[in-house]
Amino acid sequence: MDEILLIEAVERYLKGEMPAQEKAFFEEIRKNDPAVDQMVVEHTFLFHELEKQSGIKAYKHSLYEVESKMVEEGLISRSQLKGKAKVVFLWKKYKKNIAVAASIAVLVSLTTTGLIIAYNNKAGNSAVTDLIGKVKNTEMEVSKIKDSLKANKIIRETPKPDFRATGFLIDGKGYIVTNAHVVNRMRTIYVENNKGEYFSAVSVYTDPNADLAILKITDTAFRPMANLPYSIKKTNSDLGEQIFTLGYPRNEIVYGQGYVSAKSGDEGDSTAYQLSVSVNPGNSGGPVLNKHGEIIGIITSKNSIADGVVFAAKSKNIYSLVDAFKKAGDTMNIKLPTNTGLKGLEREQQVKKIEEFVFMVVGN
Amino acid sequence: MSNYLQENELLRGLAANDRDVIEAIYRDNYPMVQAFILNNSGNSDEARDIFQETMIVLYEKATLEGFELNCQLKTYIYSVCRRLWLKRLQQMQRYSSLVENVEDSVPVEEDIEQHEKHNAGFLMMEAAMNKIGEPCKSLLEAYYIQKKNMQEIAGEFGYTNADNAKTQKYKCLLRLKKLFFAQYKNGQ
Repeated sequence: MDEILLIEAVERYLKGEMPAQEKAFFEEIRKNDPAVDQMVVEHTFLFHELEKQSGIKAYKHSLYEVESKMVEEGLISRSQLKGKAKVVFLWKKYKKNIAVAASIAVLVSLTTTGLIIAYNNKAGNSAVTDLIGKVKNTEMEVSKIKDSLKANKIIRETPKPDFRATGFLIDGKGYIVTNAHVVNRMRTIYVENNKGEYFSAVSVYTDPNADLAILKITDTAFRPMANLPYSIKKTNSDLGEQIFTLGYPRNEIVYGQGYVSAKSGDEGDSTAYQLSVSVNPGNSGGPVLNKHGEIIGIITSKNSIADGVVFAAKSKNIYSLVDAFKKAGDTMNIKLPTNTGLKGLEREQQVKKIEEFVFMVVGN
Repeated sequence: MSNYLQENELLRGLAANDRDVIEAIYRDNYPMVQAFILNNSGNSDEARDIFQETMIVLYEKATLEGFELNCQLKTYIYSVCRRLWLKRLQQMQRYSSLVENVEDSVPVEEDIEQHEKHNAGFLMMEAAMNKIGEPCKSLLEAYYIQKKNMQEIAGEFGYTNADNAKTQKYKCLLRLKKLFFAQYKNGQ
C-alpha cells in the first residue's frame, strides 16, 4: 500500500472522518497485514506527538504573555532590583574598607597606566585595535557619483569624512548607539542609512569605560521611525550562541555571522564578550544579534595579532548608558525597544527588517 | 470540599489554555514560589523559570483523561516547584539544605518524571521539525501547530489548490516521521 495513501487514511481514521464502510475495510487490512498495522501504530504516535506539540506551544505562548503582563504590573520582579538592594547593603557595610582599597587601586592603576603608555609608545601599537575605519575618499566619491547617476538626483553636499564606523537606532526618535572611540575622533558627525540618505548628528553622551556613545540625529530631514524590529537583551548570552552582525566596513552594509567564543572580553573584561566573527575597520559600533533578533552586544575591537578574535560590549551596557544619560539630563526620554519582531523568521527576512535601522557613522 | 471542586474547575480551564485561568493561578501562587526560591539561594529569573516549568507540569496533568487533583492546588504547585528547584540546585552543585516554609508538600516525583519524558518528546519533535527544511517546516507547522485549514495554507504557500497542498503536506509528514523516529530510537 502506498505510504502516502496510508498516512492520509490514518489521519482520517483518527479524526473520525472515515465512513463506516471504509472504516471496516481499513480495520480488516490492519488485522491481516502486520506491516500495515505497525505503520498505523507509528503514524498514530506521530499524530499524537504533533497534537501535544501544538497544545504545549499554544500554552507556552499564553504563559509568556501572562508573565510579561505580571512583570509590567510589578507582581513578578526583575532580577536587577534585588541585586541593587544587595549592593547598597554591602556598600554601607564595607564603605571604609572599600575606600581604602579603592585609593590603593587608583594609585596602582595610575602607575601601571603610566608604565603601559610609556611602554606602548616605544613598542608601537598594542594588539587590540579599535575597528573604526579610515575612509578612502576616492572610493566614497566614486560610489557617490555612481549613486547619483543611478538615482538621477542631486545629493546634498557633505564634508569629506575621514573616519567610518557603524551605529544603530535604539529609539526611533533618532537616538543611535555607537562606540565612544568612534565619536571621540570626529568633530562633525554624519550618519547614513542603507538608502544613502545623510543626516547630521551630534554626540549627546559618551561612556569611555564601556566604550559606548549615544548620538542624536539633529537633521530636520530625519523622520522618526516607528517599530524597531529588534530588542536589546538584558541578560548575558551563553557560550557558543550563534550570532550575526551588520556593519559598514565598506561603503555598503555587510553581513557577518559567528558565535560567542568567550563570556569576557580583552583581559577578562566582564562587560564584554569575545566573538568569533569576521569584522574589519568600520564595523565598530555595529549591533550583534542572536537568532531571535535580540541585540546582545556592540562590536568594539579586535585582536590585531590573533585571527578572528573580536570583542563586543555586552548589550546590558546600553541600559546603564541610557540610565546615566537620563540622569545627566536627557529631556527626550529615550525608550529602548523591548520586543523583538524577528523571532522565528528566516535570516534573510531578519536582515531585511534590521537593515534600515543600522547606520553608517562618518565624520572628520 | 467545594474548594476542591472549584480547583478542578480551574484545571479544566488550564487544559483548555484559558488565559484568565493561567493569570489567576499566577496571581495566587507566584509570590509564594518566588519567596521560596529567593530564600534558597536563587534569583528572580530562576523563580520565573521554575514557575513556568511547574505550570507546564500542571498543564500536562490537567490534559490527562479523567484527571483530578486530590490535594490543594497551592500544595501541589509548591511541591512541584520544590522538587524542580532541588534538582536544579543539584545540577548546579549549589546544594544547600532548603529553608522550608511551613507549607506541606505531597509526593510529585512521578509527575516530574513523566514531565521529563514529555519534554524529551517535545524536544525531539522540535529537532525533527528543524531538520526537515523549508517549505516542509512551515507547511506542517501551519497545519498541525497553528491549526490553519488547508484552503488558507494553499493560498499562503502559493499552491494552486488545497489538494496539491495536501499531497505536499503528506510528503513532508513522511519525512518528519523518518527523522522523528530515527531520533526516538536513538534516544530509547
